[in-house]
Amino acid sequence: MPLSENMHVLLIWSIVLLKLKMFHRVRPSFFSLFFEQLGELGLLSFKTFKNIFKKPWEKKIFIQQLEEVGVRSFPVVSLTAAFVGLVFGLQTYVGFHRYVGPGSEAYGGPIISLGLSKEFIPILVGLMVSGRVGSAMAAEIGTMKITEQIDALFSLGADPNRYLVVPRMLACFIMLPCLTLYGDILGIGAGYFYNVFIMGVNRFIYLKNTLLYLELWDVISGLIKAAAFGIIIAIIGCWQGLRAEGGAEGVGRATTRAVVYSSISILLVNFFLSKVLPTRLG
Amino acid sequence: MIRIVGLHKSFGLNRVLQGLNLKIEHGETLVVIGQSGSGKSVLIKHLIGLLKPDKGEIFIDGVEITRMKDDELRKITRKFGMLFQGAALFDSMTVAQNVGFGLERYTGYPAEKIEKLVKESLAKVGLQGVEGLMPHELSGGMKKRVGLARAIAYKPEIILYDEPSTGIDPIRADAINDLINMMKKELKVTSVVITHDMVSSYKVADRMAMLYEGRIIEVGNPEEIKSSKNPVVQQFIHGKAEGPIENW
Ligand SMILES: Nc1ncnc2c1ncn2[C@@H]1O[C@H](COP(=O)(O)OP(=O)(O)OP(=O)(O)O)[C@@H](O)[C@H]1O
Ligand SMILES: [Mg+2]
Repeated sequence: MPLSENMHVLLIWSIVLLKLKMFHRVRPSFFSLFFEQLGELGLLSFKTFKNIFKKPWEKKIFIQQLEEVGVRSFPVVSLTAAFVGLVFGLQTYVGFHRYVGPGSEAYGGPIISLGLSKEFIPILVGLMVSGRVGSAMAAEIGTMKITEQIDALFSLGADPNRYLVVPRMLACFIMLPCLTLYGDILGIGAGYFYNVFIMGVNRFIYLKNTLLYLELWDVISGLIKAAAFGIIIAIIGCWQGLRAEGGAEGVGRATTRAVVYSSISILLVNFFLSKVLPTRLG
Repeated sequence: MIRIVGLHKSFGLNRVLQGLNLKIEHGETLVVIGQSGSGKSVLIKHLIGLLKPDKGEIFIDGVEITRMKDDELRKITRKFGMLFQGAALFDSMTVAQNVGFGLERYTGYPAEKIEKLVKESLAKVGLQGVEGLMPHELSGGMKKRVGLARAIAYKPEIILYDEPSTGIDPIRADAINDLINMMKKELKVTSVVITHDMVSSYKVADRMAMLYEGRIIEVGNPEEIKSSKNPVVQQFIHGKAEGPIENW
């Protein structure tokens, strides 16, 4: 037989063998995979919480992350909060004007501040930061994983969890409430600006209503939510990074998943927190 | 002394190590040879606890490490310096920070002393004035040498070299052979060297071990390996395409 024919046979056989090998792999069901990943995530969270209290603390990285999560998120949070405040102010004005009647628009103040500080600003800050920071964490840690840098950390005496995950989680835990508080102020200010300066609503009644009906707890419960979102963003971002496999493609997938999973989790957890957290204290 | 007993490791259906036994004496240089993909890197990752075996034990100076918790393992990793196959430099840190990383963690020396030791290690691998560069500014061979400097900086007792001379020009590669020999002579380190380069194997090895189908099929000093009767070993060290080892 000529050589070229031999090659043909070889090629076909190697393809057949490859295929067989692929199908031989036992495919885990969707559910077992889901629970496996949930378990992984739970374990990582547990380990991270335990490690918070262990020395040495990675101060340098923590400060770096505070800047990355907090300071660098300011522009995007400003933009989001301002425009959400504006449109929310706009629609509340329209609503009152239409259903309660002209002159009642000044009662929109408390609704705007309540809606913003309890729901919209924490959620939007959470989603924005997960897109900006959660993805970056997954990409950075994922790249470290596939280039063996995580192994190198371990071999040089650093615990990868303590070195990478703990500072990121703490930074998010602290910075998300800060960003949310800032977003609250900006958003409520924007709502006020729209109603009072653009639509000419009576400033004193608007302010008086806002101060009368908005409680400190409304703001604080929003901040509590934000802190929870911070933990979600960091843990999911790091988790996806740490389980990245393969090459650049694997890192890309980890990045996308980090954003998708943390966004979904934020929306779900937000609902449950809204349900669980008391509407007012006392 | 390192003793590996009945080590098994699979990744899914891929059975990489299948009952591997090996002993590495104190102060010797052991070269591990074997085909690409035979599990050499997997083997040395087990030695410092980066991978956990499915079955089997590893004793480092008499202490079993495969079931240790990470916190205990840190005392063991202190003894090891590891040069990774892909160098694995931290790409967000400068060369000096990379080389000083283990020093800082393991020794807690003051900054000036670390700086001095970093310079020294870099000089040992023939690098000067690169302290401030970032890894992406280095050539492939330079990265490998920085990785080597990082592994030896804190004076470990055991050094694991994963293909130290791959990607490095022949002259520098020979300088690395000399460095491995020098570390053995002056610091009495135990070395495990993975290499595909037979010439450098013969130059640095006290003993050589061949990994094939998940086991060590032959151990001996270079002369014994050269005159081995095992056809697999003969095929491998002479780099022949024909023989018992399938090439596909
Ligand atoms: N983390 C991992 N996950 C899955 N499979 C792995 C992993 N690490 C190694 N393997 C597999 O184990 C086998 C041995 O890999 P290893 O890197 O040890 O080879 P090697 O002998 O070092 O080869 P080379 O000389 O090319 O570096 C390969 O088939 C590889 O696919
Ligand atoms: Mg290898």
